[in-house]
Amino acid sequence: MSQTFITRHPSTLWVLAFLGLFTLLVSVFSEAAGVGLVSTSFVKTLGKTLCLCLIAIAMDVVWGYCGILSLGHFAFFGIGGYAIGMWLMYARTEAIVAQSLSANIIPPTDVEISTAIGNQIFGVVGSSDFPLIWSFAHSLTLQLLMVLLIPGLLALVFGWLAFRSRVTGVYLSILTQAMTLALALYLFQNDSGLRGNNGLSGLQNIPGYEETPQAFISIAFFWASSAALALGYVLFAWVTAGKMGSVIRAIRDDEQRVRFLGYHVESYKLFVFTLTAVVSGIAGALYYPQAGIINPAEVAPIASIYLAVWVAIGGRGKLYGAVIGAVFVSLLSSYFTGGSAPDINLGFYIVKWTDWWLVLLGLSFVAVTLLFPGGIASLFDKLTRKS
Amino acid sequence: MSTLLEMSGVSVSFDGFKAINNLSFQIAEPEMRAIIGPNGAGKTTFMDIITGKTKPDEGRVIFGEKSISLLGMSESKIAKVGVGRKFQKPTVFEAQTVRENFALALKNPRGPFDVLRHRKTKNGAQRIEELAERVGLIDELPRLSGELSHGQKQWLEIGMLLAQSPRLLLVDEPAAGMTPAEREKTTDILVNAAKTHAVVVVEHDMEFVRRLNCKVTVLNEGSVLAEGTLDHVTQNPEVIDVYLGR
Repeated sequence: MSQTFITRHPSTLWVLAFLGLFTLLVSVFSEAAGVGLVSTSFVKTLGKTLCLCLIAIAMDVVWGYCGILSLGHFAFFGIGGYAIGMWLMYARTEAIVAQSLSANIIPPTDVEISTAIGNQIFGVVGSSDFPLIWSFAHSLTLQLLMVLLIPGLLALVFGWLAFRSRVTGVYLSILTQAMTLALALYLFQNDSGLRGNNGLSGLQNIPGYEETPQAFISIAFFWASSAALALGYVLFAWVTAGKMGSVIRAIRDDEQRVRFLGYHVESYKLFVFTLTAVVSGIAGALYYPQAGIINPAEVAPIASIYLAVWVAIGGRGKLYGAVIGAVFVSLLSSYFTGGSAPDINLGFYIVKWTDWWLVLLGLSFVAVTLLFPGGIASLFDKLTRKS
Repeated sequence: MSTLLEMSGVSVSFDGFKAINNLSFQIAEPEMRAIIGPNGAGKTTFMDIITGKTKPDEGRVIFGEKSISLLGMSESKIAKVGVGRKFQKPTVFEAQTVRENFALALKNPRGPFDVLRHRKTKNGAQRIEELAERVGLIDELPRLSGELSHGQKQWLEIGMLLAQSPRLLLVDEPAAGMTPAEREKTTDILVNAAKTHAVVVVEHDMEFVRRLNCKVTVLNEGSVLAEGTLDHVTQNPEVIDVYLGR
């Protein structure tokens, strides 16, 4: 079946082949392979970029194909990151505490261990008690389940309420943004149970692999991100092809008409919204161990707006467009804001890219929207059509 | 011939304006019925009520042998029960091909997971070709429906309506903006459909209604003014007053 599916969708095959080749090249030239042409920190940047591509294609499905301009998908991304971060932080702190307490002559009790871990984790917010939401943090399996369940359930409940009331268009965007903002504000509080604005840190240290150099860990996450992107791409290509794609594009263009054809539009929107939210959660769970830290600012509405900008610049309604947009904009962004971009001296004024990058991004967003509504991907299409 | 749809005592008002006022209406299966009336007579609201877009303030809408009430059902559920609607302005999915448009309308399970598992079948393809033949779009199947002419879009929409296999077809101004030749063909398609279905046609154009050769219901100010053959109703002084007196 997949054979025929791939042959019927050559662009998917191209993306997968390119992704495979890219993964191979980066691995071969990485420090883990002993070459070191690609530094470990750059491998992490690339791995993170792959995760951003994954959430970008999710955004493209929900917005470009189904017409729901969600400004909340980075919230799901952040929740995925927090969910995996809780386990990473707990397990690592547990190992450190166990080591330091093992020096005691009298073996520590369970309560003592738990208090010590709590002190380590929640000391920064002046607490040592484990909040209820940390109940599963000791178990990787349960916490991985949370990566899928919490974004999925939140999207399901939120989407059910919003779509059932027939909230559409810009009003829905505002509603999703409000959800994101509410979540970010909650996370900023010290008593949220997730360390307030300190967020979760030290996530690059994987419990059980303390001795493994970051060079190898970064490559492992890079591969995982690459595999997740490949699977996500095939999943979404499958969903948006065929009749499902036809129905959701029809909903984007005229949902009332689709209702009169006998389709329950709300169920379709809910399906797309929830599926993409779960994928966003997975992307976040892969992203933050590579970033090393997650804090509430990551969940702020601006991140979700960036996401929409990537997809618009790359090309809405085409999965590879979203990939192009995410790669292009996020790599440029890290180039310009990383301080390595040379300042431009105009004589009377020095253009510092760290300040002017957002202006450049804003201008290119306007330019793309006005001049190439199909985004960068539409340029590709023109080239292939001519040849 | 048995009654398929029965509306009785239906009223609906928008901000105090009575769009439909104590309206009663029946249609059998198969039957062709034309609805005429001046602007603002409530023709579109009448369709909105049947298809579930507008909820009436009072009255009953009963459908089928089992006399199920359409009130309180969602638009999609009403469509699944067997009511299809063609809009005044042709609304086809312009970014998709004619074939895809037909496939969307084709009678198949409508749930998201049914659609996800959907496989194209020989049967379905055959049915699409049959319908396309019937509405004269067989050569246009691979084209984007946005590229079709106005008349072709109207036919595509009628074809999609037939693809749904509804029992009751509500057709709003099918001949608007068509050339005489196109009108004739549209008449044929509708008359043919009325041999097996209940068809309600809303139309302004008397010539078109005459060609349909069916019972006519005249709406005015939200209720039925007259009912009968076209000759009968056009001789009714009240009808003449409403149409010509203003």
